[in-house]
Amino acid sequence: MISEQAKQRMRELASRYPMARSAVMPSLHIAQQEEGYITPEGLRAVAEAINLTVADVESVATFYTMYYQKPQGKKIINVCTSISCYLRNCDSLVSHLEKRLGIKRGETTADGNYTLNTVECIASCSSAPALQVNGEFYENLTQESADALIDQLDRELGVEKRV
Amino acid sequence: MPEMIITKNLDVPGIDKLDVYRQNGGYEALAKALREYQPDDIIELIKTSGLRGRGGAGFPTGMKWSFLAKNDKPRYLCCNADESEPGTCKDRVLMEQIPHRLVEGVIITSYACKVHTAFIYVRGELAKAGREVERAVDEAYAAGLLGKNILGSDFSLDVIVHRGAGAYICGEESALMESLEGRRGYPRLKPPFPAVVGLYGGPTVINNCETLATVPAIIAGGGDWYASFGTEKSKGTRIFCLSGQVKKPGNYELPLGVPLSTLIYDEQYGGGILDDRKLKAIIPGGSSTFILSPDKVDTPLDYESIAAAGSMLGSGGVIVISDATCIVGAILRMTEFYRDESCGKCTPCREGTFWMTEILERLEHGHGHLKDVDLLMDICDNLAGKSFCPLGDAATSSITSGIRQFREEFEYHARYGCCMVSSNEKKQQQPTTASEPVGTH
Ligand SMILES: Cc1cc2nc3c(=O)[nH]c(=O)nc-3n(C[C@H](O)[C@H](O)[C@H](O)COP(=O)(O)O)c2cc1C
Ligand code: SF4
Ligand code: FES
Repeated sequence: MISEQAKQRMRELASRYPMARSAVMPSLHIAQQEEGYITPEGLRAVAEAINLTVADVESVATFYTMYYQKPQGKKIINVCTSISCYLRNCDSLVSHLEKRLGIKRGETTADGNYTLNTVECIASCSSAPALQVNGEFYENLTQESADALIDQLDRELGVEKRV
Repeated sequence: MPEMIITKNLDVPGIDKLDVYRQNGGYEALAKALREYQPDDIIELIKTSGLRGRGGAGFPTGMKWSFLAKNDKPRYLCCNADESEPGTCKDRVLMEQIPHRLVEGVIITSYACKVHTAFIYVRGELAKAGREVERAVDEAYAAGLLGKNILGSDFSLDVIVHRGAGAYICGEESALMESLEGRRGYPRLKPPFPAVVGLYGGPTVINNCETLATVPAIIAGGGDWYASFGTEKSKGTRIFCLSGQVKKPGNYELPLGVPLSTLIYDEQYGGGILDDRKLKAIIPGGSSTFILSPDKVDTPLDYESIAAAGSMLGSGGVIVISDATCIVGAILRMTEFYRDESCGKCTPCREGTFWMTEILERLEHGHGHLKDVDLLMDICDNLAGKSFCPLGDAATSSITSGIRQFREEFEYHARYGCCMVSSNEKKQQQPTTASEPVGTH
């Protein structure tokens, strides 16, 4: 559901920019906040608020990787695997997280709690290896600190201790 | 070392808030600019300072501003805070820790360029940076530093913080404008240049976040003062993002012209190579720049010297590679980035980055052939200078420079189906170090 409040914010954005069309990206961000990913309803709401066709909005939404095309886990873990993190062993960090969460990169756990992605440079190169959980940074990771992080996330999610 | 300029006061507690920023001299440069200078005077001052763009190309900033077309269309300023070049992590830190320095730079630059609407395009993934900049802009509006009649002057400015959504290409200035206009981020044909026909068809200045955040210090200290740092042609200081296999990676602000070796080995900075290994290669300006060999380690870090050594100062991301690393694996990793981030608009780049990755992958995993090495060089030749935007060229930098310097490693992979680095490692029976060598198998 896209709330009336969200639609109002989109309309306000459309008048904030010199051209209404510029509000398409921030409005898609709002739609995604509401529903967790970009749904047909989200596309429609954005199109209506800015006065574009749905197809037009969709063509923008599919260009940018942060607009998710399908539901994501509650905690989205994005591990950087670009060069500076690679030189600091990010690949073994990814394998470790895959084992710990029981999923491969690009997958979501069956309980819908975690999505594990590998992503490109997240501007944390001097603190490699680095990852983001729902956009927040965790840096200079070791297997131990990654485990501690998952423990903490498990507690936040109320997940029972894994065997 | 001289007093820091762009990172000055970065660690003062609360400097992200307006009141603390002001207690430390913040927005005094803006007041001075509005009180003492006409817009054109500021452009002259920036020319005197010698400030050059910190986004990649190093174009002289004052000159860029003076190129703005004189017509009656509205002018725009875009701050490029889309930081995403692998190896680069300075704009994020500025935005997270001292966002008002950027906002102040945006206001002064807008005044100098007679702009009344400015945009700060913050990379979507940098959630905290985006939040901080938005908050700083709100605080500035509330304090009369933005909006109508700034600080009682007759200058008015609106600033809109725009968040990206995951696309490296949107850091390219024409793609950034497309994205701001609400479209897919495909680069535009140049000319016309943004200074003539830019955002919404108006004359537009696009500068990097660090470039703009340097402006207040130049107004405060003067053009000659800023020009007293650095070398004759590369003036001032900049942030070098030191990453990779060094003991102390980090963001270090240095005057231009300090040797690479100081940044990498000095105890105040990098402190030497990780695990006391040997230096194998340096990428001096982000993953889009050519790889330098260790004999270039004494090169001064200024635009001219690094160019003479065969690379570019680029975005300031200095990536250090030690002899524990297989160059084939490292270059594969860098090439995957360009394959994934190619916007797909033109064939040489879309197809070329795909095939280069395929070939590097088969070499890396032991299924390659000797002739693949020359094939890679061929593909690079068909990409560089023949693609629509500089991303295509960037994708070839590490491959061509890497093969030129480390051809025997590529050929070893083709001949023996395995990695020269790990084979040497086994022969030498090195004592096991805390961290495993990377990219060896
Ligand atoms: C593929 C590509 C990506 C780029 N990414 C960035 C970026 O993330 N940040 C940036 O400031 N400049 C980036 N640039 C350079 C910009 O096009 C532009 O030159 C720069 O923002 C100008 O600012 P400056 O003169 O202050 O350096 C990129 C260029 C290319 C070709
Ligand atoms: S060179 Fe690559 S990134 Fe640039 S326009 Fe062509 S396909 Fe797009
Ligand atoms: S390479 Fe991983 S954060 Fe930049």
